Amino acid sequence: MRKLLLVGLFAPLAVFASEAGYPLDPSPHNPRDLVSVQAGARTFVNYCLGCHGAQYMRYQGLAALDLSEAQIRDNLMFTAEKIGEPMRSTMSAKDAKQWFGVAPPDLSVIARSRGADWLYTYLRTFYRDPKTATGWNNAVYPNVGMPHALWMLQGEKRLEVETPEEGHGHVAYKWSDASKGALSAAEYDATVRDLVNFLVYVSEPHAASRRAIGVITLFFLGVVFIFAYLLKKEFWKDVH
Amino acid sequence: MNEQEKPDKTRRNLIVATSAVGAVAGLGAAVPFVASMWPSERAKAAGAPIEVDLSLIAPGEIKTFEWRGKPVWVIRRTQEMLASLKAAEGRLSDPASKASEQPKYAENEYRSQKPEIMVMEGVCTHLGCSPQMKPADAKGEMGGDWVGGFYCPCHGSKFDLAGRVFRGAPAPVNLKVPPYEFITDGTLVIGEDKEKKGA
Amino acid sequence: MGAQLRALWGWFDSRMPSVASEWRKHAAEYYAPKNFNFWYFFGALAMLVLGIQIVSGIFLTMNYKPDATLAFGSVEYIMRDVPGGWILRYIHSTGASAFFIVVYLHMFRGLLYGSYKQPRELVWIFGVLIYLTLMGEAFFGYLLPWGQMSYWGAQVIVNLFGTVPVIGPDLALWIRGDYVVSDATLNRFFALHVIAFPLVLLGLVVAHILALHDVGSNNPDGIEIKKLKGPDGHPLDGVPFHPYYTVKDFMGAVLFLIIFCFIMFFVPEVGGYFLEYNNFIPADPLKTPPHIAPVWYFTPYYSILRAVPPLFHSQFPGVLAMGVATMILFFLPWLDRSPVKSIRYRGTLYKGALAMFVVVFLVLGYLGTEPTTVWGQFGFDAFFLDTKDVATWVARVCTVLYFAFFFLMPWYTARDKVLPVPERVTS
Repeated sequence: MRKLLLVGLFAPLAVFASEAGYPLDPSPHNPRDLVSVQAGARTFVNYCLGCHGAQYMRYQGLAALDLSEAQIRDNLMFTAEKIGEPMRSTMSAKDAKQWFGVAPPDLSVIARSRGADWLYTYLRTFYRDPKTATGWNNAVYPNVGMPHALWMLQGEKRLEVETPEEGHGHVAYKWSDASKGALSAAEYDATVRDLVNFLVYVSEPHAASRRAIGVITLFFLGVVFIFAYLLKKEFWKDVH
Repeated sequence: MNEQEKPDKTRRNLIVATSAVGAVAGLGAAVPFVASMWPSERAKAAGAPIEVDLSLIAPGEIKTFEWRGKPVWVIRRTQEMLASLKAAEGRLSDPASKASEQPKYAENEYRSQKPEIMVMEGVCTHLGCSPQMKPADAKGEMGGDWVGGFYCPCHGSKFDLAGRVFRGAPAPVNLKVPPYEFITDGTLVIGEDKEKKGA
Repeated sequence: MGAQLRALWGWFDSRMPSVASEWRKHAAEYYAPKNFNFWYFFGALAMLVLGIQIVSGIFLTMNYKPDATLAFGSVEYIMRDVPGGWILRYIHSTGASAFFIVVYLHMFRGLLYGSYKQPRELVWIFGVLIYLTLMGEAFFGYLLPWGQMSYWGAQVIVNLFGTVPVIGPDLALWIRGDYVVSDATLNRFFALHVIAFPLVLLGLVVAHILALHDVGSNNPDGIEIKKLKGPDGHPLDGVPFHPYYTVKDFMGAVLFLIIFCFIMFFVPEVGGYFLEYNNFIPADPLKTPPHIAPVWYFTPYYSILRAVPPLFHSQFPGVLAMGVATMILFFLPWLDRSPVKSIRYRGTLYKGALAMFVVVFLVLGYLGTEPTTVWGQFGFDAFFLDTKDVATWVARVCTVLYFAFFFLMPWYTARDKVLPVPERVTS
């Protein structure tokens, strides 16, 4: 009975496939790999920040990634004057709505709502589709309003979906290249991994200290428990 | 309590030890609660050091800037103004600024790094009103011996052009000098200096 | 030093002796049965969590903004910019779920050992009132982060009131203070969450404990220890609450805090159950998330709501069923006709019914977190199948069993073959 309760509690709510049914690839990001997070930060400010803000993150906070104030100012800070300012996008929400139909969402906590796997797969599954307004479509997020911001890096892809008859077997996705990008497939995957790593970091900048403080707290509570247990045992000697 | 009953030593020790570790745990738990009441990153960003372009301030002129929500005055003092400091000295309550608050480099006769550039917080040390500048020619209003300085409208405290308070005023000490430094000859940063980076 | 402290205490005591007498009455000379087991930790733990929630809540309000345009941002501000703010927020979010876990286990203890039975009916009734107030408190609080789940959860629940015949639509409008869930709703929910309901909760907790201490605690054997007193006038099977249960509950509290801290420092979201993923998207009144589910502690009742089919195009029967499912708890002391209290001396009928009830409650809880399509559809059709979703039918069966547990209780508890209850508690 208690086991059942545990299973119920810890079985994640998220299903491991996107709403569109495209299977999600597990994201290989590693929050401890600061070099990767830094690289992701660079990709983010160069390719994402034009349209998407991360308005709850301050540039100054990036110092936690082992970056000096000067490095942040020179390499990452293109949309603010002062280092204490938030990472706002340069585009106004009104313009954005006009251009894309929807305002690009703020990405501060996108990794918490979507999950790293979703982001990792989504950023790698854009394909050319003449039927959409932008000429782009996405396997994970069909008819997404966003064009492929990283297409110069990945190149252009084509996707053919083969739906089996009468619900037997799995849907088959056939990818092919329409044009080559600046990066090889492996390099592109690594770039996306870094970017996802950064988005995960931005979604909870204190995550690393959370775990560190947690270890100390649990250790100390363990000590308190030993004393509490001995004290209880000592008193309950009286009771027969 | 029964006098004959010997206190059980193990029990006493255990109570003391458990109370001690429990108290430490309680203190540890209090840390985030107490910490949350300090200025946030937003408040710190809003109170970040400010840059002042000195070329905009003419000789004899005063400009007010906002730093951490308080008025900070920058005055380019003329030779006459500097001379007035000497003239006022005899009538001040803390002429050497011994009891007043200022960085080390401003603990001198001019209360400034460079004699002609005076930086101070425009907040009266009495009850926090902001004094007004009264030039030396305001003798009619301020009295015949007025050499130029500041006058607090709230309770009448008077200060000289280095922010030093005159005797007989309710303000106890001289106006506060914030940390500052010259990053170039013509640019001043208020709120930060070499000793206290990001203070 | 010691003498001075004693003198100071003497000065205080002679002026306010009720402090010492209340301490004696409720701790030093409150005799509790000596055979409390694991299940008896949860009352004290519920008080601990209440304290944790009140303190962390007070500090969160120092930085939270109850304004539809600022609320979501102010929560992220707490998570990032306020020193230690993320700890406070995780304490409060973990505490919300922990509160319900502890309270559910505490209530289950009551079912196990018949703690609601005569003479503890009032203790039980105050307890049910605490539970209902807690549900309100949690519901109001859940709107405050102003994420998508906050918003749509509130929208759905407030609309439930809209299904009440005749007055429904006006009632829902009055609760919201607007035509949709909006800034006005957020502001009043904030007021109710931070002051009104906590005050009621505290009052009810005091009543719950006073009522308990007047009649004395039950125990795993369901024996009234006051019946057998020693020559000193104290129950033979009782021990003073202080120091015996203060040290024991302290130990339990530390163990609980270890689990609590593990969750809050390592898995604060608990797979989307404690902090729902979609609640990290700011509330958007124009776009409902594809799948909305209430937080886990409401899901058994949400399942019941969804399981009941609409009648005459009205959802009201489902709402009524959900209401009855909670209100029925008040009548438990009178539904149970068994001559014994504890499960230890009850027969197979009650044991079986209780086991079934636990399974049903958990299944309903699980189904409430999932879309009704989670278990697929029946492969056949029949005239009575208004929906082919397997999960909906399972939920319907569970709903019937849920009510059967209560409504058939007078019958099966009276018929049950019970064992003789011993004079003294067993260890």
